[in-house]
Amino acid sequence: MTQLALVIDLNVCVGCHACVTSCKEWNTSGPAGAMSDERPYDVNPTGNFFNRVQTFEVGEFPNTETVHFPKSCLHCEDPPCVPVCPTGASYKRKEDGIVLVDYDKCIGCKYCSWACPYGVREIDEKQKVMKKCTLCVDRIYDQSLPEAERKPACVMACPTSARLFGDVHDPESVVSKAIRESGGYPLMPEWGTQPANHYLPRRKTRLRIHEDELERTDNPLKIDRQLPKPDMAEPSLDDVTSW
Amino acid sequence: MNPAFSVIFLTTLIGVGQGLFLALFTAQTYALFGILPEQDSVGFYAYGSLLALVFMAAGLIASFFHLGHPERAWRSAAMWRTSWLSREVIVLPAFMGVLFLYGLAHLLDWKQVLLTLPTGLSINVTVALGMLGTLLAFALFVCTGMIYACLRFLREWHTPLTIINYILLGGASGFTLATIFAAYAAPALAGFFAGWAMIITLCGLVGRAASLFRNARLKPRSTLQTAIGVKHPRIVQKSQGFMGGSFNTREFFHGQTPALLRSIKWMFLLCVFVLPIFFLVSGLATASAALLLLAFAVQYIGLLAERWFFFAQANHPQNLYYQVVS
Ligand code: SF4
Ligand code: SF4
Repeated sequence: MTQLALVIDLNVCVGCHACVTSCKEWNTSGPAGAMSDERPYDVNPTGNFFNRVQTFEVGEFPNTETVHFPKSCLHCEDPPCVPVCPTGASYKRKEDGIVLVDYDKCIGCKYCSWACPYGVREIDEKQKVMKKCTLCVDRIYDQSLPEAERKPACVMACPTSARLFGDVHDPESVVSKAIRESGGYPLMPEWGTQPANHYLPRRKTRLRIHEDELERTDNPLKIDRQLPKPDMAEPSLDDVTSW
Repeated sequence: MNPAFSVIFLTTLIGVGQGLFLALFTAQTYALFGILPEQDSVGFYAYGSLLALVFMAAGLIASFFHLGHPERAWRSAAMWRTSWLSREVIVLPAFMGVLFLYGLAHLLDWKQVLLTLPTGLSINVTVALGMLGTLLAFALFVCTGMIYACLRFLREWHTPLTIINYILLGGASGFTLATIFAAYAAPALAGFFAGWAMIITLCGLVGRAASLFRNARLKPRSTLQTAIGVKHPRIVQKSQGFMGGSFNTREFFHGQTPALLRSIKWMFLLCVFVLPIFFLVSGLATASAALLLLAFAVQYIGLLAERWFFFAQANHPQNLYYQVVS
């Protein structure tokens, strides 16, 4: 069984909000109608978004780290938002595990948003229906797009490739490998919702330079003296000079 | 959570309606066993049912204000297998229907005996409808309570006390209303209803105090650490990603000060439990219908505050993600 999902690499996310805007652009232009905004160019603008990027500070000054944290529906494998929906408007697709809302059935009772611990469902104040991330279900299967572009709009937009997309049930997929090899984790595991989306943690990035990388003691060129030792003032070049 | 007045009115109004029906049928059951005198079918039971029906209908109307698409409300009966909201949507009109039939049976004096028990007790149409109504009234209390109690993240609600309190508070307000109704329609029963109203009110006090006690000691299970998955004792949000607010900041935060919350709590404890008992006792002692009416009015207003507090006190884990504007 397929479970499509996003894996978001917090180590490389720079908090640029490109995914937020491209998500809004794609989804507000779709057949489901606009994602409404109120006072978009006025004080206190507010509107409907599927994806938000938040920023957290970890640690105590001066030893702090800034963590940019993109958040959208996690397409839980056991989604608590689905069984509570009285109309069946909220449902999880068998074929690919995407959790969707049928905007023609939704009565706007907001009960599903109460049942989601992650705060990713937002009511559209004009259409009066519940909306949330669809994993760009109207993109990823679109045969008219080149295959490389059959990905969610946020994934396409991310300039640092912090967003990976794939089937987390396929152990060979890029997302499964990332989760396995880079310590991917789910959010709020305490509720047993089994989010399909995972996050990759911050990693320490260190450049370790060993002495023999500066002074190439094992360089055969230096040992058999077939070439004259270049002058120290000469520009150094790997495999040509000896330091 | 940000309390929605549509839901506050829905839950309190139907609670009164269900409680009043239960009071009426309690009196009929007592009469059946000869403990209380028989009452006039039309003047007492039929009009009493009508009054209960008015409260139920008012609650139903209030509920529509909660929906973005009231014209699609019929769809919400679909998912009764999984959704308590859906179950409530089915049980509420079912109860209203039986309540209507119960009143009608009394109005038209349908007293055909359906069955005679070996003890000699005869079950007529009104008794059968009354028993069915009682079942549905309790089912409706359970559905309403479970809508909140089934949400495991909202730990303030995720307890059997939620359902118990819906039953007790609905019952208390219904019996209080029955007292004032009886003062006009069947003065002999006023004392009986007032007695039960006070007993249920006191039980309600115990139940509500227990939930207040429990909720004051809840430790949040989700933290910023689990919310973003960073294992560090000190995490602060610097930006929630937008400035002008969103559905998530409007729906889940009540925006009131802790001091206001505290005063609402004391106010409802006073209005739902203490004052009604005082007014019931003094109303009966002085045979004053006005005081009895006051007892119900105060208790109902108290219940509005109680329900407001019930919603406001629930702290949704999503709030962890929406702490700071900028
Ligand atoms: S993240 Fe929330 S809305 Fe998305 S599937 Fe999970 S519970 Fe449902
Ligand atoms: S708001 Fe819509 S999708 Fe959510 S529970 Fe209500 S009917 Fe279902």
